[in-house]
Amino acid sequence: MLLRRIIWVVARGRSPLCDSATVIYPTRQLKCAGCGMVNPSLQSPHSSSSRTFSGLSTTRCGLIYRKMSENGAVPRRGKVLTLDTMNASVKKVEYAVRGPIVQRAVQIEKELKEGVKKPFDEVIKANIGDAHAMGQRPITFFRQVLALCTYPELLDDNTFPEDTKNRARRILQACGGNSIGAYSASQGIECIRQDVARYIERRDGGIPSDPDNIYLSTGASDGIVTILKLLVAGEGRTRTGVMISIPQYPLYSAALAELGAVQINYYLNEEKCWSLDISELKRAVEAARQHCNPRVLCIINPGNPTGQVQSRQCIEDVIRFAAKEGLFLMADEVYQDNVYAEGCQFHSFKKVLFEMGPEYSSTVELASFHSTSKCYMGECGFRGGYMEVINMDPDVKAQLTKLVSVRLCPPVPGQALMDLVVNPPQPGEPSYATFIKERTATLRALAEKAKMTEEILNTVPGISCNPVQGAMYSFPRISLPERAVQEAKAKGVAPDMFYCMKLLEETGICLVPGSGFGQKDGTFHFRMTILPSADKLKVLLNKVKEFHQRFTQQYS
Amino acid sequence: MSENGAVPRRGKVLTLDTMNASVKKVEYAVRGPIVQRAVQIEKELKEGVKKPFDEVIKANIGDAHAMGQRPITFFRQVLALCTYPELLDDNTFPEDTKNRARRILQACGGNSIGAYSASQGIECIRQDVARYIERRDGGIPSDPDNIYLSTGASDGIVTILKLLVAGEGRTRTGVMISIPQYPLYSAALAELGAVQINYYLNEEKCWSLDISELKRAVEAARQHCNPRVLCIINPGNPTGQVQSRQCIEDVIRFAAKEGLFLMADEVYQDNVYAEGCQFHSFKKVLFEMGPEYSSTVELASFHSTSKCYMGECGFRGGYMEVINMDPDVKAQLTKLVSVRLCPPVPGQALMDLVVNPPQPGEPSYATFIKERTATLRALAEKAKMTEEILNTVPGISCNPVQGAMYSFPRISLPERAVQEAKAKGVAPDMFYCMKLLEETGICLVPGSGFGQKDGTFHFRMTILPSADKLKVLLNKVKEFHQRFTQQYS
Repeated sequence: MLLRRIIWVVARGRSPLCDSATVIYPTRQLKCAGCGMVNPSLQSPHSSSSRTFSGLSTTRCGLIYRKMSENGAVPRRGKVLTLDTMNASVKKVEYAVRGPIVQRAVQIEKELKEGVKKPFDEVIKANIGDAHAMGQRPITFFRQVLALCTYPELLDDNTFPEDTKNRARRILQACGGNSIGAYSASQGIECIRQDVARYIERRDGGIPSDPDNIYLSTGASDGIVTILKLLVAGEGRTRTGVMISIPQYPLYSAALAELGAVQINYYLNEEKCWSLDISELKRAVEAARQHCNPRVLCIINPGNPTGQVQSRQCIEDVIRFAAKEGLFLMADEVYQDNVYAEGCQFHSFKKVLFEMGPEYSSTVELASFHSTSKCYMGECGFRGGYMEVINMDPDVKAQLTKLVSVRLCPPVPGQALMDLVVNPPQPGEPSYATFIKERTATLRALAEKAKMTEEILNTVPGISCNPVQGAMYSFPRISLPERAVQEAKAKGVAPDMFYCMKLLEETGICLVPGSGFGQKDGTFHFRMTILPSADKLKVLLNKVKEFHQRFTQQYS
Repeated sequence: MSENGAVPRRGKVLTLDTMNASVKKVEYAVRGPIVQRAVQIEKELKEGVKKPFDEVIKANIGDAHAMGQRPITFFRQVLALCTYPELLDDNTFPEDTKNRARRILQACGGNSIGAYSASQGIECIRQDVARYIERRDGGIPSDPDNIYLSTGASDGIVTILKLLVAGEGRTRTGVMISIPQYPLYSAALAELGAVQINYYLNEEKCWSLDISELKRAVEAARQHCNPRVLCIINPGNPTGQVQSRQCIEDVIRFAAKEGLFLMADEVYQDNVYAEGCQFHSFKKVLFEMGPEYSSTVELASFHSTSKCYMGECGFRGGYMEVINMDPDVKAQLTKLVSVRLCPPVPGQALMDLVVNPPQPGEPSYATFIKERTATLRALAEKAKMTEEILNTVPGISCNPVQGAMYSFPRISLPERAVQEAKAKGVAPDMFYCMKLLEETGICLVPGSGFGQKDGTFHFRMTILPSADKLKVLLNKVKEFHQRFTQQYS
């Protein structure tokens, strides 16, 4: 009886220790010394043996447990999917905007709810461009039309303005079975793509846009990753290199890590208001040619996290550079309505490209991205977006269409919303006045908050902040005392992560450290959204000010 | 070199030759050439081109609303309230729809479905999903931390596969998929560069799964890759079979023995029509097999708002539950999904309503039950009708549509037709389906898009058109098949 209950474990593995040997131990409890995994379902009467087993130096990889139970049926193994056996590219992915700081912020929020005492009453999340979460109200017209599309019985409701009903009817007629619950074409609903093309034409002063070049997407992120996916090829020195700005929006570095593409950093010039120098692009591409095949240049304009707005001249120079170096251009233009600084204006890459004449406009390959999440809409949750592709090889376009078809279609409510964004109420329509009032108020408030942020932060010794010309973020440089830098390093965290984590614990303010976006070695920053209401933002900025002074003193 | 010498001339940066080779290998027949041609024909009809039919009937895709199924009133009312909360003051909405909407809005940042949610999905919705799974599985516990909301089930499936793909050459991850399969799987594997391992369903036994076939497949695959994943679709797509409890148990035992991660695609869990058939979730069977299995076998199960009685494909709602996933890997999964910020919030809200529908005593209950029952009953009738009519056609043989939304009949094609197709460089059943489309306006997907035993031919047809339309469609297919057979005999 006793014998029959003994369970034998055979450990085999690829570690130097286990490679050639097959070790057999009777054991009470299965525990892998490498991963600490315990299998409580296996027991034996030998109480001392588990120590013997877990004393083994093993690795997690390839360790196999084999249980010879009386029926001999079920071999025991470690987990199929472990850190060691998972996709290595996924492990390299990092996304600071929702990283450890934010996870801690969520935890603190829970602690506050449970009554834990803190030196603050609420967590203020200024880490992410999430306008509605910060109290911005949705545009009435958008939500009315979407409600009508969702529940068409409301078309009989007299409280909805006539133009909202017309829009809803038009969208529903373009949906299978007149329902936004039907799949759409994978490229997006045709009449919406037509509306997007007309919007681009108006925006760009009449330069033609072809609805066949428009792909609706699940937020801009989806479009960006899809285009990158097409572009990644080669191995070793022929592997695709992708140029991204530093600081950058970490979607790019995350996508490149996942796709196994080579990230090529070009640094924005903080001293010149985060502007882009062509000489720096040249330096970066030439250095990269030594170890990869640079094929793509990504630009974010207006800038995230740096808030600069590119001049027309700079865009022209970038296009010339891309043409000369044979680079595919990706223009992330999701903040195209978020331009606040006087003298600044948004110029689309498409427009500048076409104004440079056919030598460029008929050759340079460009994908431009837009979204419903930013600008005055802030409708992040709907995951609406589009991209326009210019000069894309028709065969590759067919591949793109095929690729997006696997995921069936972008969410249809997001497509409908994108339609309303590119085709808002017109003068004379009943919703026009309210729409303009709401849009103007939101954009004006953002402009004021951009100014306020810059001004208050620049009053703090040790913080210097470029003007927030556009987008939704300020990315100030912070001086950190040497002792703080040392302490952070001793703890194995980036110094600005150390700073932001302390700020969170002491004030409840959640920012993202500059190291999550990339920065020049030896410089430190944080990204802060300008989205909280003006009152709240003022309080927040003054708390940051006090904290920075306290922190500086503490570590001096 | 132009006259100023400034701009060197090059070919395009991105061409077929220089693009990602894995993407080129991707194929997705459900929206492939047949469907593109169908869209073209629709345009031609609109432009007044004469055809031997008045409309294109798309029976290629499980798109219920496009085929005329009406949305569930309760779902749409709550979603309208969430979208435009001013409607909360509207007295025409039942009180329970308002309560649901308020609850969802309170869980959203700034009380707006326009805010990003947590990347894993809104917490209270994940809790509702967990409670739904517990009710469905007779009380077996479900942890909201194991629930990830997704952008349709496809998103979840691709994400889990992405985690699992590793190694190179003979150590490259192999993924076992059924043949016939839903081509999302082959497409994702091609894109990820994983090794596809085919196991064949047994058409003679109503598309059932034989463990001996799984064994054959995994052993053969071990010669050239590292089989790590076993994917099961139950109820089956495109084959419509419903797995028995015994078969699921055997599959779990097999996965445990062979060290495979199980992926259970259970998006058709409410679509079971045949008498004697019942849906058993892999999770439930796993836990009923005792801790030896339930504490070890790694499982991801997928669900969606797109199928069942809802058919809300456009919202891209879905969830997955992961069981026995290594906590470190779970942290990696959470990180990975955070890059895409969050699944669409309207789809998350809809998922919440699906797992937490009106309860007895609530004002919307009666209508909800009436609508759900009517839709499922109609589907059951159409499943039966499809099988019956197709089986009257000499040269077509059709297994019972036990569940899901498709029939996948086998068709005999005359040798001359097979030769002509081959001469044209297309699969014989593609040739057949294309001809069917041109002559009748009916859009089906050839079996070759899903995979089939060599030398056999099939098509996939949804059972979603209204009963009247479906009858006409089936009879047109019948006539066509007879004509086609005659023509090529």
